[in-house]
Amino acid sequence: MKILVFIKQVPDTEDVKLDPRTGNLQREGVKSILNPLDANAIECAMQLKARYGATVVAISMGPPQADAVLKKALALGCDESCLLSDRAFGGADTLATSYTLAKAAEKIGDYDLLLFGRHATDGDTAQTGPATAAWLGIPQITLATSLDVRDGWVVCTREIEDRIETVRAKLPTAVTVCDTINEPEYPTPKNIMKALKKPRYVWNAADLGADTRLTGIPGSPSSTKTVFEPPKGNTDTRYFEGSPAEIAVQFVDMLEREHAL
Amino acid sequence: MLMRFTEEQLMIRDMVREFTEKEVAPRDKWMDENGFDRALYDRLCTTGLTGVHFPEEYGGAGCDAVTSTIVIHELSKGSASLALALDISWVASDMILHHGTQTQKDKYLPLAAEGKIFAFGLTEASAGSDAARIQTTAVKDADGWWVLNGGKSWITNSGVADYYILMAITDRSKGAKGISAFIVPKETEGLIIGKHEEKMGMRGSSTCELSFDAMRLPPDALLSSEGMGFKIAMQGLDGGRISVAAISCGLAEHAFELAKAYANERITFGKPIAKHQAIQFKFADMATDLTAMQMMTYNAAEVKASGKRHTLEAAEAKLFCSTRCTQICLECLQIHGGNGYSKEFDVERFVRDSKLLEIGEGTSEILRMVIGGTVLGK
Ligand SMILES: Cc1cc2nc3c(=O)[nH]c(=O)nc-3n(C[C@H](O)[C@H](O)[C@H](O)COP(=O)(O)OP(=O)(O)OC[C@H]3O[C@@H](n4cnc5c(N)ncnc54)[C@H](O)[C@@H]3O)c2cc1C
Repeated sequence: MKILVFIKQVPDTEDVKLDPRTGNLQREGVKSILNPLDANAIECAMQLKARYGATVVAISMGPPQADAVLKKALALGCDESCLLSDRAFGGADTLATSYTLAKAAEKIGDYDLLLFGRHATDGDTAQTGPATAAWLGIPQITLATSLDVRDGWVVCTREIEDRIETVRAKLPTAVTVCDTINEPEYPTPKNIMKALKKPRYVWNAADLGADTRLTGIPGSPSSTKTVFEPPKGNTDTRYFEGSPAEIAVQFVDMLEREHAL
Repeated sequence: MLMRFTEEQLMIRDMVREFTEKEVAPRDKWMDENGFDRALYDRLCTTGLTGVHFPEEYGGAGCDAVTSTIVIHELSKGSASLALALDISWVASDMILHHGTQTQKDKYLPLAAEGKIFAFGLTEASAGSDAARIQTTAVKDADGWWVLNGGKSWITNSGVADYYILMAITDRSKGAKGISAFIVPKETEGLIIGKHEEKMGMRGSSTCELSFDAMRLPPDALLSSEGMGFKIAMQGLDGGRISVAAISCGLAEHAFELAKAYANERITFGKPIAKHQAIQFKFADMATDLTAMQMMTYNAAEVKASGKRHTLEAAEAKLFCSTRCTQICLECLQIHGGNGYSKEFDVERFVRDSKLLEIGEGTSEILRMVIGGTVLGK
């Protein structure tokens, strides 16, 4: 089985603040980390590898510094890494990003399973995984809370608001995983010592045979106009008084008045 | 600090840092109140860190002494007690790595790498600094087995260890050269775990007395050869002292960070206390010390990693770092004012933890004797 895990370098959101004047993310001096949910995707691949045997390739699109997350992926047990790096990839939205990732998947070929974190903590769109599947014309399963592979099918559970559904799709399939799917492990010293000796590829647009009208800014129909913090302090707080039963009645009355029930 | 760590060392450092922040630091206060945390130690074993410096053929990661120093240094930023437990386990198991027969290495090193706990027993009630004056005896019986009688005091990891390396006299007429080292599994008959010490600090590490009541050991329990025990112990302590220096760095840095946050928050006379020069100067002195401490620690580790004798560098690093660590912890307590004197604030615990670093694995006085003797003898 060949598993491709797509990972992204993101600013450590615990450190990130918005510049109140410009509305932009203040990235200065902020640590870059592996998108936390991508660690779940890697762990998922490692569990499949331990169970069934697999070659796991970690792929990231980003500037040369993004190699740091690929090194971490190798230290976590991935077998190979591919950094997709080219000025022509810069400024990409999710459409252009997913096109580029799909080109990398095509170049690697013979893939059975594509794994993504449910979303990246910086952009928070949750679109890149599904869009990559669309470019490749393969099935997709989003928000997986468990995953297994049986007889050429991938079987996942998905937790939707009011139910848990079990779905399956024939390989190759792309799956985006939730953080509840597993508990990511730390890289072990043994794997760290092996990490940098594994095959590590760096590919640009030409290597991928990518159409640069579809990558980076030219390939991105969407762009960010402004980023702002949701206004605070305008929440409507109401206090009810009385016994628990009286409070419950007042509360239900209010919900009815507000057409919430 | 300009330390030229390899990329792998930096990755291991980041990994230990993450593990320490998430899983070790939150347990340190609990350990202070309740003692050794078996579940946390088991977790440490699953990370693979316990085997970081053992050769790959024994299940380790094959890293050098600089890397194992990084591990101890980073762990001690979350818990000096846990770092001490690992330090001592390595001191003891490294004796097998450096002096064991091939059979002993094949048997014990994979266990050490996977995290079985080792303890090192030299000190006795009447022989601490003057370690060559130990009284425990090992006598060969008719079957060639060793029979040990006597006892040990202040043995870190005792009670929780799987294996003990114990020093006993095999030939009293030869003084230090009549001391031999033995490998003793915990379930050995005649090995009695005695009083658990109610320590001032480092309470997350277990420390007990041991006694040996006609404890019989097979011939292959002897480590290296007869009479090598004292040498093995002293060489082991050379390595351990680098770890104690690293614990001093980690603990002092942790205290420094807490004091820094406090000083920036606490307002007196209309401004954060960090803006008062008297407080600023404390930070200046502490920061300067910390840089020197780290450099001495990693310098000693690098000498060890290069395979050279490191008795002097290790002794100097431990002497300087442990002394400065205690002073830094005290200053950080002072910066916390009355709060620093409360158990609600971590610096109170750090002050108690730090003092051990000036005593265990060679007191500051004994280290001065080692250093003085070496530099004057040159
Ligand atoms: C928490 C803890 C953990 C320990 N863990 C271990 C362990 O795992 N294994 C082990 O074998 N031991 C262990 N020890 C023992 C430790 O190594 C000894 O306590 C230490 O070596 C000092 O010995 P002592 O306590 O007998 O003090 P003493 O030797 O009685 O010394 C008392 C004082 O006199 C000073 N002094 C002694 N001789 C001289 C001299 N010639 N010149 C000047 N000053 C001198 C000492 O520096 C000290 O200040 C541990 C101790 C503690 C507190």
